[in-house]
Amino acid sequence: MNKREGEGWSRRNVEAAQERDVHANPSSAVIAAFKVFQQELDSRHDKYERLVKISRDITIESKRAIFLLHRVTNVPNAEGVLNEAEGKLDGVRQKIGQIAEELRGEDIYQFHRAFTPGIQEYVEAVSFLHYIRHRSLVSLEEINARLVFMNTENSDPKGSAEAPPSGARVLTFQVTPADYLLGVADLTGELMRLCIGSVGNGDIDTPFQLSQFLRQIHDGFSYIGNTGPYEVSKKLHTLRQSLGKVEDACYTLRVRGSEIPKHMLADVFCSRTTHMDTEEGVV
Amino acid sequence: MSVTEMFSYIQGFLSADQDVREDIRKVVQNLEQTAREILTLLQSVHQPSGFKEIPSKCAKARELFSNVRTQMAELKTKFPVEQYYRFHEHWRFVLQRLAFLAAFVVYLENETLVTREEVAQILGIEVVREKGFHLDVEDFLAGVLIMASELSRLAVNSVTARDYSRPLRISNFINELDSGFRLLNLKNDPLRKRYDGLKYDVKKIEEVVYDVSIRGLAKDPKSGGDK
Repeated sequence: MNKREGEGWSRRNVEAAQERDVHANPSSAVIAAFKVFQQELDSRHDKYERLVKISRDITIESKRAIFLLHRVTNVPNAEGVLNEAEGKLDGVRQKIGQIAEELRGEDIYQFHRAFTPGIQEYVEAVSFLHYIRHRSLVSLEEINARLVFMNTENSDPKGSAEAPPSGARVLTFQVTPADYLLGVADLTGELMRLCIGSVGNGDIDTPFQLSQFLRQIHDGFSYIGNTGPYEVSKKLHTLRQSLGKVEDACYTLRVRGSEIPKHMLADVFCSRTTHMDTEEGVV
Repeated sequence: MSVTEMFSYIQGFLSADQDVREDIRKVVQNLEQTAREILTLLQSVHQPSGFKEIPSKCAKARELFSNVRTQMAELKTKFPVEQYYRFHEHWRFVLQRLAFLAAFVVYLENETLVTREEVAQILGIEVVREKGFHLDVEDFLAGVLIMASELSRLAVNSVTARDYSRPLRISNFINELDSGFRLLNLKNDPLRKRYDGLKYDVKKIEEVVYDVSIRGLAKDPKSGGDK
């Protein structure tokens, strides 16, 4: 009896509460304050969602650029592919310009989680292209230097009014060192694929260059160790696997290269890598 | 720039970052200590004897908040102000606690909801981000929600201490707070999770009000009504 009474009472009370909501005195101080909070939170969430969307576009486009760059090993016109990839990355940079636009006057770390995957992918693509062109690691400054945007086309009057008068026209985007580091860690996976791919085409020199470069990166990551962010130590494990594969590939080339005619080498190598892949599945 | 140079540059950046975090952690520890002291002081309002001493307890708490202000001032010097959100998680917890304590003191004093400006003023920080170390709106709301569960406890204990009208006032206050929170579109984040607990506080207080009303213990039953 007591229970039923309680239920009936509480239901009635809920109705009363809802009624109160509807008739909530709009001039009450509490309601007025919460209306302000509502606006503030909504605009913050909207901005976050917009940034996530841009970041996803950046990720997709950067991935496409990377796929395109993998084709560089088996086409005669390498320069054409590289230029096409450069064109794609220009498009990505425009998207990063949109991020910079959204972040104008904001604390970039407040929304960092929204766009970090896209930026990492972009770093990966840019550094991959840079490696294929120059056989060296692109530096953080070089990446940041290209992320300077002139705010000429879609300059909304509201945005430019908010900007400080000193830098009204120029927008910059700074890749954080942590994002750079994680992007470079992803790069090693692409280099491993490039290495395996290039052997398939009978390219004997590239694997050795790549293994040396990967070793340098690996040493660099070991130097950083666990002082870096948490994700870095996670990626270090994958990096080690990639390095192992490339070193094994070089080993095979050295050992078998001395005794097998060149045109057969590719076959030997391919069978060995597939063997390695199945092994990895077990581990 | 060679690979090695690049990595040692990044390493330098990372260890500088760690030093900053270390410094922040030390100050935040002190802040947590002060917050615990204030909490202990305010907890005594739940004692039967504490109800008569609410004004003096609040005055004491306000004195302790001056320590908070000096510690906050110290915290501000530990990192560049435009990187607030980079280190936010270090002080998020304690800031929510302090927001709760400030809101609780203000409620005990004049039974109104504290404004964000007041909390910021009590803690010696800013309201808007552009002006420096500020109180994030989500942290403020989290603090208010902690206060709601504290008030549901207070409602129970005030009945025990024969203060039968207080639960009715708390009930009105919490209901207003609840309709305020219903205006917000919360994402599936920690704040939302905490907000989900608010209905239990509301229910608890309503039960207390119910018990008091049907027994005719409330001196003026009309004050618990819709007014």
